[in-house]
Amino acid sequence: MTALLTILIVFFVAVAIWQMVKIFDLASVGADNAQIATDKDNKLNGYLMMAFLVFIYAITIVCIYKWGDLPLLSNSASEHGSQIDTLMIISLVIIFIVQTVTQFLLHYFAFKYKGEKGKKALFYADNNTLEAIWTIIPVITLAGLIIYGLFTWSSIMNVNEDEDPLVIELYAQQFNWKARYAGQDNVLGKANVRLIDIDRANILGVDESDPNAQDDIITTELHLPVGRPVLFKMRSQDVLHSAYMPHFRAQMNCVPGMITQFGFTPSVTTAEMRQNPDIIEKVANINKIRVENKAEIEAKGQDLRYEFDYLLLCNKICGKSHYNMQMKIIVETQEEYDAWIKEQKTFKNSLIN
Amino acid sequence: MSAHADTHAHDDHGHHHKETFITKYIFSQDHKMIAKQYLITGTIMGIIGVMMSLMFRMQIAWPEQPNVLFEALLGKWAPDGVMDADIYLALVTIHGTIMVFFVLTAGLSGTFSNLLIPLQIGARDMASGFLNMVSYWLFFLSSVIMVLSLFVEAGPAAAGWTIYPPLSALPMAQPGSGMGMTLWLVSMAIFIASSLLGSLNYIVTVINLRTKGMSMTRLPLTIWAFFVTAIIGVVSFPVLLSAALLLIMDRSFGTSFFLSDIFIQGEVLHYQGGSPVLFEHLFWFLGHPEVYIVLLPALGITSEIIATNSRKPIFGYRAMVASILAIAFLSTIVWGHHMFVSGMNPFLGSVFTFTTLLIAIPSAVKAFNYITTLWKGNLQMNPAMLFSIGLVSTFITGGLTGIILGDSALDINVHDTYFVVAHFHLVMGISALYGMFAGIYHWFPKMFGRMMNKKLGYLHFWITAICAYGVFFPMHFIGMAGLPRRYYTNSNFPLFDDLANVNVVITIFALVGGAFQLVFLYNFFVSIFYGKKAEQNPWKSNTLEWTTPVEHIHGNWPGAIPHVHRWAYDYSKPGHELDFVPQNVPMKEGEEELQH
Repeated sequence: MTALLTILIVFFVAVAIWQMVKIFDLASVGADNAQIATDKDNKLNGYLMMAFLVFIYAITIVCIYKWGDLPLLSNSASEHGSQIDTLMIISLVIIFIVQTVTQFLLHYFAFKYKGEKGKKALFYADNNTLEAIWTIIPVITLAGLIIYGLFTWSSIMNVNEDEDPLVIELYAQQFNWKARYAGQDNVLGKANVRLIDIDRANILGVDESDPNAQDDIITTELHLPVGRPVLFKMRSQDVLHSAYMPHFRAQMNCVPGMITQFGFTPSVTTAEMRQNPDIIEKVANINKIRVENKAEIEAKGQDLRYEFDYLLLCNKICGKSHYNMQMKIIVETQEEYDAWIKEQKTFKNSLIN
Repeated sequence: MSAHADTHAHDDHGHHHKETFITKYIFSQDHKMIAKQYLITGTIMGIIGVMMSLMFRMQIAWPEQPNVLFEALLGKWAPDGVMDADIYLALVTIHGTIMVFFVLTAGLSGTFSNLLIPLQIGARDMASGFLNMVSYWLFFLSSVIMVLSLFVEAGPAAAGWTIYPPLSALPMAQPGSGMGMTLWLVSMAIFIASSLLGSLNYIVTVINLRTKGMSMTRLPLTIWAFFVTAIIGVVSFPVLLSAALLLIMDRSFGTSFFLSDIFIQGEVLHYQGGSPVLFEHLFWFLGHPEVYIVLLPALGITSEIIATNSRKPIFGYRAMVASILAIAFLSTIVWGHHMFVSGMNPFLGSVFTFTTLLIAIPSAVKAFNYITTLWKGNLQMNPAMLFSIGLVSTFITGGLTGIILGDSALDINVHDTYFVVAHFHLVMGISALYGMFAGIYHWFPKMFGRMMNKKLGYLHFWITAICAYGVFFPMHFIGMAGLPRRYYTNSNFPLFDDLANVNVVITIFALVGGAFQLVFLYNFFVSIFYGKKAEQNPWKSNTLEWTTPVEHIHGNWPGAIPHVHRWAYDYSKPGHELDFVPQNVPMKEGEEELQH
């Protein structure tokens, strides 16, 4: 790979230098060359403008075709996710229409009105009607998007506490995640990093004297029952982190010294998602790629075969191993969840006395 | 008007005091020389910044592969040629810092504001030549410190160019947050002092030193852009300075402005009661206006170049000025859109969504006005014109995705992914860089008295244009697929394995685009010495800088300063034989000035 890379770089540098020298030599011959665009230059660059327009359209089509419907773009796994996706698709459609039209006008005009000697441009400095039109159209479009966006935003961010959401703390530290379930009482015990006692295995600094803390459960995997609202309370012990759960269209920073929150309702279990045709296709594709890179993957000690799982990623630069700060999320039925949580140790029982 | 400029006003026939090599080339107070100094320093910083990006792009495309380049350039940071994860973050950080501040703020504004403000408004020099000189040398000093920080034992700052604490505050959190971050903060504090001195000078000069007849409504749009940019800088840079000072206090003197409740490496730190979110507010209060500090000068340059090369008046002069002012105002009340998921109150998020999306309106007006200026023009496809058209193209492409990122609900899922990287690189990075290139190609004859080679210019533009889209267009899609930015490698997430080939494509475009910048550097440096001699007004432009002699003289005009009788955009005006009427040409009898 290195060899290929080196060759590639040397090659392009060589081509660049060769081109420069050659063109510079050619250009500096005739004395009449004024380095100002001639009709010939205008014509050539006018055609290149059209070619470039084609290039922009082509790269757009290729990108949309190849990567436009990645399973992460559709198939959200939370109830509010589809709201975000709909808004996203509406915004993208508007963007693509505007992009297509304006890029066309820009490059087409650059081609159509390429300069010719003796031609005179139209002296046309102002037109209030036109100005009004292209002020008002964006105003209306944006007003729509803003209103739609704000309704979506407030419905996502305003957690309805009446629905009795399952309260879970997401605890971030360089470079891993922990989850703390609120237990039977569904109330998290008080906590502060000053109470951390590694010797007694009180790693999150939970207040031992708080009655609400006794039944808290600390885990390294996040299990969520499907269909039940979850309210995450985020905490960090050292630097900023960001709890990013792309499949659920959820993200919130974890800030040392304060508690942040984000709530959503998972709507598709891990098992169901694995059966989703898009995901099956994605996973098959990834496994094909992994087989091709077998040696490298095994050298890193990873499993060769990939199976779909929801993930919690760190999405705020947090230091050296930021790129490997993750936690598996498992969405399951209420029964499966109940069985799993029953097997976990409560905070009281996890302490070393 | 300063005493300095006064002497020259009386000293019309060019009897200048003797200049030594040092006063002429090093500690020069002449705005034209200072502009060149800014340009050369900015270019050198640009080379460093781009080299860094190519290195980390190679790491992303071919993660943890040995690379001879890394071994040669990174030394101990690349044992056996494999890039270290800490230095990856440092490269990302310093790339951002250098490109945003040292290249696109100082390199762009510093060069063209200095060169063009006195020349285009008809002044002998800046209001204070001395402050101008001090401003450059402070910038030089800050550049030297920033480059030196690359060589400290524990490595340069690596907390991202936004240097959010606590990561940037605690050496235990990251080795780069030790001496590297100290030097970063010192460098930036000096940089801000430099920027403030420069900006104040620009503002005073534009207000006080305009020649007779140069009313504000006759100012070229370049000057409007530089003027408003300077005002934004004066309003917002001090806030970053205060944030940097408070961070220095937290780091070195034990205060708790930004830190609270921290447990790291087995011990609890004493900090209590501070908030990192406060730092984010202070940072982005500059950080967002900074986008427009970078972009507005580029748009101003583009306005001038598109009008000149279309041989047409810029369409909607008043609307262009109004949109510059609107953008400047709005830019100071939108910073919160960088913080939708920071833990800030969701209601604030709603407010910032509203103000942010409003910025799209003046931006759209500008884009449409550029396009209409081309309509029925007589386009002269000089390299500067190509870069200006390219700027409009990337400004539209990059600006449109701002509608997604500015919408708080949508930002939740694409925040801090490659979607953001793609968006801001196109809309401010590439656009401003194109503006800078356009400015260099256009005003090179004014700066160096020689022409740059146009064919190399064409080659440079077309390869750069293709590579810019090749790099940043696919990047939107990997961002929408959820790929976070600033990951040293994605190989720990099999989930993203199917995006690896996209990253290879992006990196190849980046390498080719980077390599072809050599064409520009070659053209630039060779043309300084061997380029064809320029005529006085090669682009047949209306603005006053082209009425000065090709050879630079101290005080700009050998005789009296020309008076201005019309706006800068009388191109192809009916009733005139030539397709341009310079600003210093008196109105013909019965000729009317447009009610622009």
